[in-house]
Amino acid sequence: MTIDASRGVQAPPELVQLLTPEGERVEHPDYDIDLTPEEIRGLYRDLVLVRRIDLEAVALQRQGELGIWASLLGQEAAQIGSGRALTDADMAFPTYREHGVAWCRDVDPVKLLGLFRGVNHGGWDPVEHNFHLYTIVIGSQTLHAVGYAMGIQRDGAEAAAIVYFGDGATSQGDVNESFIWASVFNAPVVFFCQNNQWAISEPLEKQSRIPLYRRASGFGFPGIRVDGNDVFACLAVTRQALRNAREGNGPTLIEAYTYRMGAHTTSDDPTRYRVADELEAWKLKDPIERLKAYLFKNQLADQAYFEAIDAEADALGRDVRKRCLEMPDPDPLAIFDHVYAHRHPLMEEEREQFAAYLASFEGSEGR
Amino acid sequence: MRREFKLPDVGEGLTEAEIVRWHVKAGEHVTVNQTIVEIETAKAIVELPSPYEGEVAALLADEGQTVDVGTPIIAIEEGAPDAGPGRTSSVEDLVPSPPAEGAVEPGVHGSPAPKQAAPERQPVLVGYGVKLGAAKRRPRKAPQPSAPAPAPVVPSVPRQRGGVTVLAKPPVRKLAKDLGVDLATLTGTGPQGTITREDVHAAAAPRQAPPVEARPAPAGREERIPVKGVRKATAQAMVASAFTAPHVTEFLQVDVTATMDAVRRLRELPDFAEVKVSPLLLVARALLVAARRHPIVNSAWDEAAQEIVVRHYVNLGIAAATPRGLIVPNIKDAHTLTLPELAAALTTLAETARAGRTQPADMSGGTITITNVGVFGVDAGTPIINPGESAILAFGQVRQLPWVVDGQVVPREVTTLALSFDHRIIDGEQGSLFLRDVGAMLEDPLRMLAWS
Repeated sequence: MTIDASRGVQAPPELVQLLTPEGERVEHPDYDIDLTPEEIRGLYRDLVLVRRIDLEAVALQRQGELGIWASLLGQEAAQIGSGRALTDADMAFPTYREHGVAWCRDVDPVKLLGLFRGVNHGGWDPVEHNFHLYTIVIGSQTLHAVGYAMGIQRDGAEAAAIVYFGDGATSQGDVNESFIWASVFNAPVVFFCQNNQWAISEPLEKQSRIPLYRRASGFGFPGIRVDGNDVFACLAVTRQALRNAREGNGPTLIEAYTYRMGAHTTSDDPTRYRVADELEAWKLKDPIERLKAYLFKNQLADQAYFEAIDAEADALGRDVRKRCLEMPDPDPLAIFDHVYAHRHPLMEEEREQFAAYLASFEGSEGR
Repeated sequence: MRREFKLPDVGEGLTEAEIVRWHVKAGEHVTVNQTIVEIETAKAIVELPSPYEGEVAALLADEGQTVDVGTPIIAIEEGAPDAGPGRTSSVEDLVPSPPAEGAVEPGVHGSPAPKQAAPERQPVLVGYGVKLGAAKRRPRKAPQPSAPAPAPVVPSVPRQRGGVTVLAKPPVRKLAKDLGVDLATLTGTGPQGTITREDVHAAAAPRQAPPVEARPAPAGREERIPVKGVRKATAQAMVASAFTAPHVTEFLQVDVTATMDAVRRLRELPDFAEVKVSPLLLVARALLVAARRHPIVNSAWDEAAQEIVVRHYVNLGIAAATPRGLIVPNIKDAHTLTLPELAAALTTLAETARAGRTQPADMSGGTITITNVGVFGVDAGTPIINPGESAILAFGQVRQLPWVVDGQVVPREVTTLALSFDHRIIDGEQGSLFLRDVGAMLEDPLRMLAWS
C-alpha cells in the first residue's frame, strides 16, 4: 500500500440538482420528487415571505431597533426545502440564521426578532414547535441534536433530528465529535450543512481540502452534496435522509451548496474580503428566481399570483415591523424565570437580592 | 408629526460614524426602508433605511461629518398626524446629552487634570473603546438603617451526622481538609444545609478568639506623599514611555571574569590614577562601540514627522539614584571620549547627581541609557526606555556563579545584561545583535579594541 498523494482530491464533486438556475426541471435517478402545483406554489410563497422577513429585520437593525441580525439572504431554498421535509415529530436544531426553518416550524417571526432586540433569550417554546432555540456558539448544537436523536432511538419513536450548521462549523471539534457519536451509535440524525462559502471572512479553502460532504465517509456514514439554491433538491434529499434516519439507517451529512448573498451579520462588511463578481455570479443562481421561472414557464402561476404574493410579503413586513416595535421591555426579574426548570434555592435567593436592588432606586416601588 | 432619526449603533458597540453620502434632501418624500444615507463606521460602510414615511424636513448632519451614535441626523415630517404605534418622542429624546463639562473623574483629588485636546477612549476588550464622560446613574434612595446582618451561626455542640452525606462544594472540602476541620461535625448554614466556607472558617477559629474590630488606623500607619518634582517627572516620563513605545526586553548572561580582570589592571595604570575605574566604565565603553556597529539602537522616533532619527553621536545617559529620586543625566558626545575621559565623566556625573547639583541641561538630549541596577544587588530588570531614546541597557550585579568552561564547571564572575528597546524602531534581530556584541566585548575585552 502506498500513500495517496492526491490528498483526498479525487473525482470532481457531484451535486444533486432537480431545478437548474434557469428554471428547467431535471431528473435525478436517486432523488426525484413529485409535487403538486399547489405544493410548488407553497414553496415559492415560503421563499418569498422568509426573504421579506429577513429584509425587514436587516432594515430594523439599521434603524437601531435590533442589536444585530444574521441575514439568510440567498439561503432560502436550503432552509425551506429542508424545513418542509420535516414531519411534526422531527426535531430541528438551528444556528442563529435558520429563519426559514423557523418559518416552516410555525415560529412567529417576531419571536425571532425578540432575541436580537434583547427582549428575550429566544422567545419560543422549543417543545411546542419542535424547533430548538437559536444557538450562537458555533457547532455546539450538533452535539445537542445527536443526544436528542439517541433519545429518540431509545424511545423507539418514529422521528429524526436534524441539525443545521455552516461550513465554518465543520472545523469545530464539537461537530466532529458529534459525527463520531452519531456514527457509532447509528443515531437518527441528519446533519444539514449550509455551505454558504464563507465563515464570516474565511473562505471555504481555509476550512477543507475536500468537498465537505466527503468528510462523512471518514466517519462512516453517507454524505451528499445538494444544490442549496434548488428548493426541490433540498426537499427531496432531506426527505430521504430523514426517512433513512427514522428507519434506523443512521445519520447522513447533507452539504447544501449555497451562497450567503449578504453580510455574515449586520456587523460585518463583506466587501472587505470578497469580490463583487462572486456575488454577481451567485445572483444568477438565485433560489427564488429559478422557481419563479419554473412556475411561469409551466403555467403553474401567472403575474397576478406573483403580485399577490409580493403584496402578502409587504403586508407581512409591515406587520413584523409593527409588532417588533411594540414588543415590551421585559421585567428585569424575568431573567431568573427559566434558568432552571424547577424552583431552585440559589435562584430564589438571587432573585430576592436583585429585587431588593431594583427597589433601592428612587421612583421604584417598595422600600 | 416631526420625527427625528437618531444615528443607530449598526455594529455592536460602535460609538460614532461618518456621514458619507445623503441619498435624500430636504423636501423629498421618503418611504419606510428607503435608503436615506450611507454612513461609514469603524467596521463597514452601511446604508441606512428610513424608519419613517413622510417628507424630509431637514438633514441634521453634513456629509463628511463624524456623528456620535444617538445624535439625530434627519428630521422627517410624517404624513398622517397619528401614524401608527411607534415611539412617542419627547424633548429628552431629541436633545443629545453632551458630556458634562469639566467632569471630574472619580478618585481624582485636588486640582482638575490638565485639559486634554480630545477625550481619550478607554481601551476595552472588544470594540472601539468607551467614551469618557459623566456616567448617568439612576438616583438611589437615601440609605436607611437596616437590620444588622445575621451573624453566622456557630454550632456550640458538634452534631454527629453519621451516614448522611455532608453537603459541601469541593473547594470548601479542600479548605476543611487544609484547616483540619471535620465536615461531619458541622451544621451548614448554606442553602439546604450546605456547609459554606464561612462555616469552616468559624469552626477552625479558636472559640474564644475576640472579634476583630475595625480600628481607625493609628497615625503613622499610612503616609501620603504629594507627587511632585522628580517623582512627578519620573512618573510622567515612565508612563509616556511605557505606553507609547512598545517595549521588548532581552536578557543575556555573560561571563565577565576577563572584564573584571581588566578593571583591576586598568586601576593600576597611571592614566587612571585620578579617576574611578568601575565595571560600569567598560560596560559604557562596550555599549559605545556596539552602538557604532548598530546605529539604529541610538535613534529616536519622531511621531510628528513620522520619521526615525538616527543619531551619529552618543549622549550617554546614566540612570542615577539620588535622594531626590531617579534622574538620568547624560555624558555629551561620549563617543568622542578616551577611556580615561569617559571614566572621569562618569565620576563627575555620579558625584554631581548625588550632590543634587545636576542641571536640567545635563538631563536633556540623551540618546541611549545605561542603568546600573547591579549596585542594588539585583541581577536584572526590564528597564523602561528614557523618553526620546530607543534603548536602555540594564547592568546587573556581578557575582560568582558556576559556569561551564571547556566542559568543566568552574566558578566565574557572571552578570546579566537586560536590553529594552523600542520595537517600533528596532527589530528583534537588531536588538539581539547589539546585545550580543555588548556581551561579547565584556566576555573578552580584547574585542572592544578590535571593534573600536
